[in-house]
Amino acid sequence: MTTAATPHHHRPENDWATEHHVYEPHIVGLPPLGPYVRELWRRRSFAFELSRTKLRAQHFNTVFGQLWLVLNPLFLAGVYFVLVDILRGGSSREGFFTHLVACIFAYHLVSDAVRTGTRSVVSGGRLILNSAFPRVLLPFASVISATKKFLPTMFVYIPFHLASGRPIGPELLWVIPLIAIMIVLAAGLAMIVGALQVYFRDLKNIIPYALRLGLYVSPILYFADEMPSEYKWLLNANPLGQLLSAWSDVLIVGSSPTATQLGVGCAWAFGLFLAGFLFFVSREREFAVRL
Amino acid sequence: MSSLSGSDGNSILVHDVSVTYKTSLERKPTFKSTLKRLGRRERVVREVEALKHVTFQVPRGRVIGVIGANGAGKSTLMRTIAGILPPTSGKVEIYGRVSTLLALGVGFNKDLTGRDNVRLGGLAAGLDRAVLADKYEDIVAFAELGEFMDMPMRTYSSGMYGRLAFSVAVNMDPDILIIDEALSVGDARFRRKSANKMKQLCSEDRTVVLVTHALQTVRDLCDQAIWLDHGVMQMWDEPEAVVDAYTQFLEVGQDALTLEDV
Repeated sequence: MTTAATPHHHRPENDWATEHHVYEPHIVGLPPLGPYVRELWRRRSFAFELSRTKLRAQHFNTVFGQLWLVLNPLFLAGVYFVLVDILRGGSSREGFFTHLVACIFAYHLVSDAVRTGTRSVVSGGRLILNSAFPRVLLPFASVISATKKFLPTMFVYIPFHLASGRPIGPELLWVIPLIAIMIVLAAGLAMIVGALQVYFRDLKNIIPYALRLGLYVSPILYFADEMPSEYKWLLNANPLGQLLSAWSDVLIVGSSPTATQLGVGCAWAFGLFLAGFLFFVSREREFAVRL
Repeated sequence: MSSLSGSDGNSILVHDVSVTYKTSLERKPTFKSTLKRLGRRERVVREVEALKHVTFQVPRGRVIGVIGANGAGKSTLMRTIAGILPPTSGKVEIYGRVSTLLALGVGFNKDLTGRDNVRLGGLAAGLDRAVLADKYEDIVAFAELGEFMDMPMRTYSSGMYGRLAFSVAVNMDPDILIIDEALSVGDARFRRKSANKMKQLCSEDRTVVLVTHALQTVRDLCDQAIWLDHGVMQMWDEPEAVVDAYTQFLEVGQDALTLEDV
């Protein structure tokens, strides 16, 4: 049983002349995943192009646009530093500001993907009504945009790292897998909220509160080991908890992530990605009649 | 080009296809309205049986017309053939590349330029960049939109919008072209131009599915016709016979209104 597109290509890419599609009912709402993923891969350039076009439309390709992308989380870090330092009576631990900058940048990667991912499907409107393509490309485009906005901020982080005398060593290479895991997590969340937004159009009003809460319960405004023992469970219950804790350890302390940090972080990221993907794909047939 | 058609020369095979979907009666479903409804036994999700056991085949290179009243399931049938809405039961087989009119999602994002919309729509439809760049010039030339191509689509009039959509669909050089009631777009001159283009496309070796209310078009252009009513296929025959039966059914006779051409 196959459904979505099952093209039999004689040449690998886009040989439209020799196409054969069979459309059949979905089993438990899911299209056959093999062909789906193949189509997804074949049309990946759409997601990249959509992200590029939207960033350009928002003028993020200009110098001042880029500058704003960096300044916004930086100002935020400044504001939170003042707040937290006052609350603590001016006794912030060494390297706290650098930790704050690094973690806010990382949190922005995920929150931005979720925020734009929420609208990704609904704003696809006519494209969804009139074209057959793997809809997952829409939230993926949001994740690509968020990643593109995030990467320059890592360069902005470097002077803070150096100025505060944070350790430099091979442990820093852990940032690469950690970013990758956070992108997977962001994609999972973006698919979930993107599909839910179709059914609950006021979700986009609730998302900012959820993201604000996520910011406060993650070890961003404090170090993970400063969390009071009755709140320690939040580190595991929050998808980003252990990941950001590892992120801070790698950058600020200069130590490799622990097995717990990586294990729990990956479990959340890949679990949410799989759940989000299956949920999204099982609902996507309906998108064309729900928009 | 060997697999352009099935073993029996058909390019579209629709076998016992039914399509049922749930749709919300609310224009914009929200948590708020869901919460308010809690406790009240109010149904806001309606199940629509858009197509019921429809079976037909279209041989390669033929033009088939689909007629029927509003809500007869014509658009659903088109979406099923295009692979946008998979059938609830039955099977659809397509040999060749499908291009739907108003497809390729032209104008899906009104804040983007016409150029961006055409490019993104093409990529979503699976064209690669090189092919798309090739077709782009033809599309712009046919639509006659000039510098409007680089302006956001919210600045377009509905006529310009339709012209671009028509131009995208017909210039994609598809094996199977699906056209849904969009023949009459733009001003009189563009309508004549698009009607001529349609005639040309229909006379080429190309399968065309034409959904229209203009019965004269069905007579002029189609090799066969289908009449749908409430999701059931009433007739599948020569266009003359189907149009006659349909007009008789409507009990309006063949007056100028229903025969009005593109």
